[in-house]
Amino acid sequence: MDLALATGIQALSGIATLLLISLGLAIVFGMMRVINLAHGEFLMLGAYSAILAVEAGINLWVAMLVVAPLCVGLLGVVVERLVIRRLYGRMVDTMLATWGLSLALVGAVTMIFGNTVAGFSAPLGSVQIGAYSTSGYGLFLIAATLVLLAAVWAVLRFTLAGLVARGTMQNAGMAAALGVPTERVYALSFAAGAAVSGLAGALIAPMSGVVPTMGTAYIARSFITVITGGASMLAGTSSAAGLLGSVNTLGTFATTPVLGEVLMLAIAIVLLRLLPQGITGRFFRRSL
Amino acid sequence: MQRRTLIAAAGGLAAPLVFRHAALGADPIKVVSIHDASGGLDIYGKPMIACIDFAAEEINAAGGLLGRPVQVINYDPQSNIQLYTQFATQAATRDKAAVVHAGITSASREAIRPVLRRYNTLYFYNTQYEGGVCDRNCFCTGSTPAQNVQRLVPYIMQKWGKKVYIVAADYNYGQITSKWVTKYFREGGGDAVAVDFFPLDVTNFGPAIQKIQAARPDMVVSALVGGSHVSFYRQWAAAGMKSRIPMASTTFGGGNESLLLSPEEGDGITCAFSYFQEVDNPANRAFLEKFRAKLGANTPYLGAELAMRSYIGMQLWAEGVRRARTIDRVKVIEALGSGITVDGPPGKTTLDPKTNHVTLDVYVAEVKNRGFNVLQHFPNSPPADTQSVCDLQKEPNANRQVVVDVRI
Repeated sequence: MDLALATGIQALSGIATLLLISLGLAIVFGMMRVINLAHGEFLMLGAYSAILAVEAGINLWVAMLVVAPLCVGLLGVVVERLVIRRLYGRMVDTMLATWGLSLALVGAVTMIFGNTVAGFSAPLGSVQIGAYSTSGYGLFLIAATLVLLAAVWAVLRFTLAGLVARGTMQNAGMAAALGVPTERVYALSFAAGAAVSGLAGALIAPMSGVVPTMGTAYIARSFITVITGGASMLAGTSSAAGLLGSVNTLGTFATTPVLGEVLMLAIAIVLLRLLPQGITGRFFRRSL
Repeated sequence: MQRRTLIAAAGGLAAPLVFRHAALGADPIKVVSIHDASGGLDIYGKPMIACIDFAAEEINAAGGLLGRPVQVINYDPQSNIQLYTQFATQAATRDKAAVVHAGITSASREAIRPVLRRYNTLYFYNTQYEGGVCDRNCFCTGSTPAQNVQRLVPYIMQKWGKKVYIVAADYNYGQITSKWVTKYFREGGGDAVAVDFFPLDVTNFGPAIQKIQAARPDMVVSALVGGSHVSFYRQWAAAGMKSRIPMASTTFGGGNESLLLSPEEGDGITCAFSYFQEVDNPANRAFLEKFRAKLGANTPYLGAELAMRSYIGMQLWAEGVRRARTIDRVKVIEALGSGITVDGPPGKTTLDPKTNHVTLDVYVAEVKNRGFNVLQHFPNSPPADTQSVCDLQKEPNANRQVVVDVRI
């Protein structure tokens, strides 16, 4: 019984981590059809801002939940102004530019902070489930992901800004004809996506090795999740994260970590072969 | 017309420069160092480069070699194997290097070792690795499993028990090292309850940590590698496992992992290497003092052996050149085979002419407050693993890496 419960928690935590690291990318991709190859570095910068803020004496929770998204969100504004805005509708050029940006960010962080930075350990201690011990912070991550998901959904569903954003996403030309300043909508969505990435980076910081190149370990996973999910940013990312995360965790349990990874990638490939538009290209098509 | 006179004038100006250079008669001896100063491996590479440069400066301050100064040319392969091969070719053909000190991962070594052999360029590999390289042109100056694992396992068995759970990186280093760990556990009357391998980009260790709990081992031994795998130690501590199951590692500290963790996450992890910055002896104190005086605020933390082995590698090569009285490759190799010992900060390092590996001192230490606390010192450990499969005196043309058949 406790084994099943502990396994369930691990699966949930795997899903939550995938969702967390993919959501920022999904927002940018879903809203603007921009593929941000610097997404991994946004995560890294989130982790770094949280660590530096904690070092500067700021409360750990404030550092993770406020400082990190704020810093990376601001960076997102700057990046949108300087790079993304000039390349709308040119997907390949955007990919190239953001890839360059990712290299530059890794280089800059290495130059400024060196290649080692002393991280902080996960708060909240550990929780006992029968014979198994699991981290309290892992449970917090699951809850935080749910709250974040609900918040994004509520903003899109119930606020005027959300309505405008959805309209722009569906048909930018029509939205512009109706007087929506689409450029500003894009700028804000990019900043929002960056802020969510920053938040995600800060949240995973206590559970990962924070180094300037850490983005590369996450970016492939988040891309697979977003692409498998398809066009709808929330339903798509959640369903893909749910599927891939549980396959990975349960596969690792049942077999070996290597096969767990292989299984996850295999499922993603098969899915994309059957559903080239992603999960939400076929199911939950009208969802957010 | 004008252009022609200009070229002629330039030629006239340049000619005396060439002559003057040759007339100096003290052409520097070129040492090429290829270590990652950027990319994911710079955490290992930068301290190694600092130590190579430092060793060269020491040699030059003492009058150079054969009356010539030593000039280090550093190339940065950016953690990219392709660039390793490119720079190795450049070092051999364009720079005509007297020796190349290069390589961090076993993959990078196996990329450049054949290149340097083909171009007859002497090669030093100064990293702890899985053992088994048998190549007369290649000198491996770091420790191997028969040196570090052999010391680590009895120590932790005596302290913690007989059942071990091994987690290792999924490439040749992790695969081979996990076999050695199992072997030494069985020799001590214990056993491995399980071995799990992880691809290098795995960051979620939750399921693995739970599997370990289900297996109830007396201890965990990690041969995990790289930045992503640091997640394991953090998630281990976050799950409250540190107080329940003790951990040892064959890799932790080699890449300054200890600096990334907070003391409550890292303290107590037990490791064995042929050097720790915290080793307490007069030679090491003197070295660190000079090293800090030179580099000031930029002094890197040397952690475990990689950087120090690079320093020793340079000294071994220099001693070989002094004895050979030439930088000619074959003569230097012969001189290096005459039983060279360098006494330095990690203790005595003696080259073994049969394997081109080294006999060295091994230290067992535990992580303490982002550094190490040295617990035990084992002098004169021979590279027994490579010795069991390689004899360059009988077989001077050998050119291979033997996967030592670990009988477990």
